[in-house]
Formats: sequence, structure tokens, C-alpha cells
Amino acid sequence: MKLQAARIAQVITLGTLGALSLVGCSKKDQPATPAATGSAQATAPATGGNATLNASGSTFQKAFQEVAIESFTKANSTIKINYGGGGSGKGRQDFADMVTDFGCTDGAYKDEEKAKVKGGEFVYVPILLGAITVSYNIDGVDKLQLSADTIAKIFQRDIKKWNDAAIAADNPGVTLPDLDIVVAHRSDGSGTTQQFTLFLTNAATSSWKLKSASTIEWPADTQAGNGNGGVAQIVKSTKGAIGYVDLPDAKASGLKYASVKNASGKFIEPSSASAQAAGDGIEVQADLTFVAVNAKGDATYPITMPSWCIVYTKPADKAKGAALKRYFNFMVTDAQKMAPEIDYAPLPKTLQDKAIAAVAKIEG
Amino acid sequence: MKLNAKPNRADTAFHGAAIAAAALVLLILALVVFTMATRMGPVLDRMGLDFFGSRRWSPADRLFGALPFLWGTLYTAVIALVLAVPVSIGVALFVTQVASPRLRKPLVYVLDLLAVVPSVVFGLWGVLVLAQPIQSIYIKVHNAVDGIPVLQSIFGASLQGRSFMTAGIILAIMITPIITSLAREVIDTTPTPEKEGAYGLGATRWEMIRAVVWPHSKAGIVGAVMLGLGRAMGETIAVALVIGSSIGQITTNAFASGNSMPSVIANEWGEADDLHKSAMIGLALMLFVITIAVNLIATAVVQRSKR
Repeated sequence: MKLQAARIAQVITLGTLGALSLVGCSKKDQPATPAATGSAQATAPATGGNATLNASGSTFQKAFQEVAIESFTKANSTIKINYGGGGSGKGRQDFADMVTDFGCTDGAYKDEEKAKVKGGEFVYVPILLGAITVSYNIDGVDKLQLSADTIAKIFQRDIKKWNDAAIAADNPGVTLPDLDIVVAHRSDGSGTTQQFTLFLTNAATSSWKLKSASTIEWPADTQAGNGNGGVAQIVKSTKGAIGYVDLPDAKASGLKYASVKNASGKFIEPSSASAQAAGDGIEVQADLTFVAVNAKGDATYPITMPSWCIVYTKPADKAKGAALKRYFNFMVTDAQKMAPEIDYAPLPKTLQDKAIAAVAKIEG
Repeated sequence: MKLNAKPNRADTAFHGAAIAAAALVLLILALVVFTMATRMGPVLDRMGLDFFGSRRWSPADRLFGALPFLWGTLYTAVIALVLAVPVSIGVALFVTQVASPRLRKPLVYVLDLLAVVPSVVFGLWGVLVLAQPIQSIYIKVHNAVDGIPVLQSIFGASLQGRSFMTAGIILAIMITPIITSLAREVIDTTPTPEKEGAYGLGATRWEMIRAVVWPHSKAGIVGAVMLGLGRAMGETIAVALVIGSSIGQITTNAFASGNSMPSVIANEWGEADDLHKSAMIGLALMLFVITIAVNLIATAVVQRSKR
């Protein structure tokens, strides 16, 4: 009896410690989808046999990676690719520590982080663009237009009612109800939050005070949901709610979303095409990193986020190098066609050419 | 056959292995503390002691204050205890003193089963089933106590179902089986002759419990409660799902949303940069120290009561 109580006490202590140490990896660490095997028309890569590539990172890219990997491994059955998700931060960290063969991320390394990348020279390969919607839930209002300043004021709780003069000014001829606004945002640290607030920082310079980061000091009278799905769920179930949700999740949840005023002053609806248009209006740096929000162009949807995969140019393992080169080539060429089907935007031509040139630097 | 007075080789080996195993546990613990303490360095450089005293948590401004999360952790744990302790002690007394042996066995079985339900199940139930409808109750309670001092500051305005109170309720459900099962064991150790003696003197069942069972078990039950407290403070996922994840909330309003130390770590770790991570390691170390202290005190109290 005595022993048992003491043991339970110990188990609980250890359990608490265990929970703590696991916290870091408990989030969204789903096992990668097993690659499809057993294709009839399998052809071995030119430079050699079997290779297994492991990758982690961007959850924004996960749906794309899943279809791209499935299609790629059907044609290259000797190559196996595991994409673990886990978030952009994890993708950058795992790649820097050489835990993975490539990583995918919605943001570039900061300078101090770049020094810690252990595997030598690497390239950013742009893979996709995607629209972040401003989704809302108001009965009877099927078309809503919002400018960056109005969005900033709504999310900062400077505007608390849907019939506010600032919203009405963006929507001539629309009758907006006398309804309280409920703001929904992410509870988890997120690249989507980072990009959404980067848009507000760049496009609503005078109104937006909360800056841009993966976690924002939101006002207390807002609601938080876990992941795009969590925010979508709040918007869907709350009258008067507004939240930022990526396009695939907004569509999957059947949400209504606003047209957002772009840098040319036009209100543009989020779509695969309007996000791709943003890619034409951006300034690309020498290392192929760029900012995609608030890009120039009449047809551009302004809250567009980019996503890259990162890979070392001189992989130590030759077989892996060859497989990496093949898969990256596939991602920036043939796989691009699959992007619109799952509501991502493919790279515009100019950017695609640069991506292909970056892939050519991989020695394999 | 003569018994060998000198320890043989197997004995020596066992002795060494046992010491090594015990030392390993302590070593791991020491390394965990050491690693966390060193990795906490950057945030202490940036914030100084403000890390423990500041209310602001703004990665964009490079400001990290632990106070709101400390508050959230303690407040939800206290709510959980207030709800769970009376129920647990009631159930423990029922099982040991009132229930017939036929009823006792399945009841204990079900309670132990409740203790092994993974916390994410409680969390998902909390956020998907409990959080929405319970808000109407919060609003009713708030309206009922509005204007009454103290009560109105605890049962304040409710903006959504995810709140300190909802987290406290979920935690209460999670720790009830633990407290019950430990309390039951302690109460069971009450010597039967003493109980029979009380009955023999004409005591009713309630008088017997008050005069014999309670004084005998008091310390052990306090220990059981503290173990429940330790569990409540460390719980991560269930709390992260139902507490609302508001940043910087320090309020006595149990119906407001907030955040706790483990919950903020689970939420923000993935996308955090180095300083942000260092701040979360700081939170983890604080939580570690607090839970270890609570568990040590609890174990000591339980042990003492058993003597």
C-alpha cells in the first residue's frame, strides 16, 4: 500500500516532466504519408539506385507535397520521399541541423540563424504562392470589400461594429448590419499570421500598430483557433466573425471571403489566379527570397504568401543528390500544374525560370 | 551448507547496477535543469528580471514576460481543485465507507479507467462539446452575481466559451480520478478496530468518519490533493484547446480567456525564433521548478501520513 502510493506520486512527477519535454514535438507531427510504390513504368534515376529523402516544414505546403510526392514516386519507384510537416520553423531548424535532406518554409532564415546552417551552401527554391483570405460570417452579405486600413482597424478592435463608417466606405451600396464584430486569429505560432500581419504592416502603415510576427499580441477581446481549420471553425460558427484563413481551408469550410484592395487600388477576390498574378509584381532578391504581400499589378490579390523548399547544393550522398535534383525539378515544372486544383497558385513564368535555374545548382 | 558471509559476485553486480540506475535518473534530471537554465540565457539577457514580472508577451517587439502565463497556470489549477476536491473526497468516502463490496469493485474499476483517458480526448471534448453551450451558463451566472462585490469580479463578463473556467472544469475532470484513488487508499488504511470502536460507542456513520477516518487520513488527503495540483499545472494539450489562448491576460474573471505556461509552449514553439524559444524554455523551467516543488511536498506529506 505504502509503496503503491509513493509509486503513483513518482509516476505523476515523471509524467509531468515527460509532457514538458515532449511539448516541442507534440504539435502536428504526423507521420509522413507513405510514398506510393509498385508502379509498372518505374524507371531508375540515371545516376543510381535507391534513395529515401526525408523532409519537414511548412504545413501550408503539406497538401501540395502530398500530391507531388505521390505523383513523383509513381514514376520513380526507387525513390521514397517522406514529408513530415511540423511548421516552417521546424523545417528550417531540421534542415539547418541536417536532420532532413530538404526543408520547406514560408519564410527565409534570419541572418543569425543562417550562420547555424551546418551543411554548407544551400538554395531557396520558390515552390508556390497562396492566398490568405479574410473570411467572414454575416447573413445576407455575400460580397464584401475591405481595404488594408479597414482590416487593420478591425483586427486591432478599433472598429467593433459591422455598420461602421469605415467598412461602409469600402462597400458603397451594401447594407451592413448593426452586428458586433468577432475577430478570430491563430492560437498557434504561424507563418500565416506572420504573412497576414506583414501585409498589414506594409499596406496599412499608419493604422497597424501590432507589427508582424508568428505570434501577435492580439487584443484580449478576440478569439483564437488552432490552425487554419480552428480559425475557420470559429468564423463558421460565430455570427459577425472575421478571421484570416488560407484559401484551401476557407473553401473547404464553405466560408465567404472579402475582396481586398490591392496596391493599385482595385478590390480583388482571392483565388489561385489572383495569387499567381502577385508573383509577377514582386521584387525577387538574388537568393530568390522575396516578399509577396501587397505586390504591384491590377489583378494582384494583395495578401499572398510565398513558400520555398531549401536544399544543399552539394549533398554528401551522391544517390540522394540525384534524387533531390529530380524531385526538385519535378516540383518546379510538372507539379506546378497540380497547384491550382488544390487552390494554391503556381509560380508565374519569370519566377519559375529562376527556380529551375536554382535547381540546376544542385550537384547530383 | 554454510551461508557465505561475504557478498558474492551477483550481489556486487546488482548493487552496482541499482546505484547506476538511481544515479542515471538524477543525472538526467540535473542535465534537464542545466540545459534549460543555459538555454534560458538569451531571454534573461534581453528582459532581465522583467521576464518574471512583465505582463507583455510580444514576439514582434522582442518583449517576453511570463507573468500572465504563470497567472493562467495557477488560476486554472485553483479552479480545478475547488471543483475536484469535494467530489473526489466524497467519492473516496462513498467507495470505502458506504458502498457495498459488490458495488465497490466496478466503481473503483471505472474510476481507474477514467484516470487513463488521454488528455487530448478531454481537450477535444471540451472544445467541441462543452465550450459553446457552456457560455450561456457563464452569461447567466454573470448576470445573477452582477453588482455583488468579489463574486462579480470572479464571475465577470463572458465573451466566449473558451476560458479559465472551462479549462478549470476540464482539469477538474482529469484530476478527480487521481485524487480519488489516492484518497481511497489513505482512507482504507484506517484501522478497523478503531472504526468498530467508534461504532461500539454508539457513533453514527458520519460521526465515525469525522472522529476516526478524517483525523487518520487528513494529511494523506492533503498530499493526494497536491499531486492533483501538480498534474493540473503541467497539463498541456487539453488546456491549450479550451483556455482561449489570449495573450497577456491577468484577471480574476474566470470567464475570461487566458493562457497557461504549458499551453503557450505547445502553441508557439513551432514557429518561434531563438529568443522566443529561449523565453519559452524559461517558462518551462519555471513550471518545472513549481511542479517539482509541489510533487515533493505532496510525496512527503503522503509518506508522513502513512507512518
